[in-house]
Amino acid sequence: MSLALQTFSSVKDANAALQAAGTRYLGGGTLVVRAANEGDVSVSSLVRVTDPGLSQIAVSGGKIRLGTSVTMAAIARHPELTALAPAARAVGGPAIRNMATVGGNLFAPAPYGDFAVALLALDTTVVTEAGEVPIETFLADRDTSRAIVTAVDVASPKAESFRFLKVSRVKPKGVSVLSIAALLELAPDGTVTSARIALGCMADRPIRALAAEKALLGCKLTPQEIAPALAAAGEGIAPITDPIASAWYRAEVLPVHLGRLLLD
Amino acid sequence: MAKVPVQFTLNGSEKAEFVESGTTLLHALRDKIGDTSPKGGCHQGTCGACSVIIDGELRLSCLTLAETCGGADIRTTAGLAEGGVLHPLQRAFLDGFATQCGFCTPGMIMAAKVLLDHTPNPSREDVVEALSGSICRCTGYEPIIQAVLAAARANSQNAA
Ligand SMILES: Cc1cc2nc3c(=O)[nH]c(=O)nc-3n(C[C@H](O)[C@H](O)[C@H](O)COP(=O)(O)OP(=O)(O)OC[C@H]3O[C@@H](n4cnc5c(N)ncnc54)[C@H](O)[C@@H]3O)c2cc1C
Ligand code: FES
Ligand code: FES
Repeated sequence: MSLALQTFSSVKDANAALQAAGTRYLGGGTLVVRAANEGDVSVSSLVRVTDPGLSQIAVSGGKIRLGTSVTMAAIARHPELTALAPAARAVGGPAIRNMATVGGNLFAPAPYGDFAVALLALDTTVVTEAGEVPIETFLADRDTSRAIVTAVDVASPKAESFRFLKVSRVKPKGVSVLSIAALLELAPDGTVTSARIALGCMADRPIRALAAEKALLGCKLTPQEIAPALAAAGEGIAPITDPIASAWYRAEVLPVHLGRLLLD
Repeated sequence: MAKVPVQFTLNGSEKAEFVESGTTLLHALRDKIGDTSPKGGCHQGTCGACSVIIDGELRLSCLTLAETCGGADIRTTAGLAEGGVLHPLQRAFLDGFATQCGFCTPGMIMAAKVLLDHTPNPSREDVVEALSGSICRCTGYEPIIQAVLAAARANSQNAA
């Protein structure tokens, strides 16, 4: 293995260095160094940025900005990020959480990317030097985008409107069978007035459950009323098969776990 | 491949080495500096045998590049005993038969050490959570969990 690390103090200089073939950005390294250790020769050079601004968490006026280098552990222990903490805590074990970054999670292929599932449900904006894009656009283009993600902007969810669930076989730490995040607004009588649901492991990257979201509108969260939404949950999914579960199994259990999350 | 200088503190003493760019901290510690207490089990982040404490946080040395540790405070199991006296965690692991082949032990002890540094009186759940990134193929985990709880009790008795 030969890997060379280049260190820059600014994102601008690092973006320029990333144009070279075989060069990749180094976040916490839990995926990219692992790939190098496993003999992935497509990466010959890593680029990192030491700007401390990339590790900042800013919370003000209902808005959260997470710098790309913010770790899962930093989110899990932050007193103003309690709504996001369960999704951050769902990533790996303690050492992985001390290393795994927000930016890296946005690029993590399924079965990884649990935190990105939460960010998708929360309608996050992804920030690069070139500008800001909605997370769905970012996810669709991430295989070809080379620009360094510098931060994500999230509207702070009310604790009662945001739900997150990760299903794994090994507890407390295990790779996802699937993960689900849901942002729900309810009218005072309990009817759903808006729903945004994101799924992990139901494609190679986080996707929205658009048909289920639509079917939930106007429903109360009771077993009878959510049944059409659960039946629609599988529309448009293409779950992954890996040593944890087959695509068939993941598709079978998705409505069960979505139901549990909605009725919780 | 160009060599790069790295400098950090290892268990309280200054270390400086030239390593090839892209060298993992695990490789630098074991093969350059000669601290073989962190073990290389999987090199994939899944076994926890290479766990070390960097600036107070548990990290996997197999996924950390040595060059990113400039100026860091690095702690390994090799630095725990003082003046020939074992650390309470090491004592408890020995007394409780929490180490068999011993391969996972340094990683387990580092994970337990950060736990006890922040949570001197952990619950059983706290211990399970803290050790959840480390795999042991020998003990069945129960003796390890009990050893960490015993070390916590020993610490609080000493403090009293
Ligand atoms: C043992 C183990 C268990 C794991 N468990 C989980 C889990 O339960 N859930 C989960 O979601 N993930 C899990 N992961 C995967 C991984 O740790 C996380 O997804 C993590 O958030 C990745 O972040 P990183 O900073 O380590 O990424 P890196 O490895 O540094 O980077 C990953 C990729 O993203 C690119 N990248 C990173 N940051 C940027 C940026 N700012 N701009 C542009 N490109 C960027 C890199 O170039 C690279 O291609 C696990 C990994 C391991 C090894
Ligand atoms: S060798 Fe680092 S986690 Fe297994
Ligand atoms: S004692 Fe052998 S792996 Fe744990």
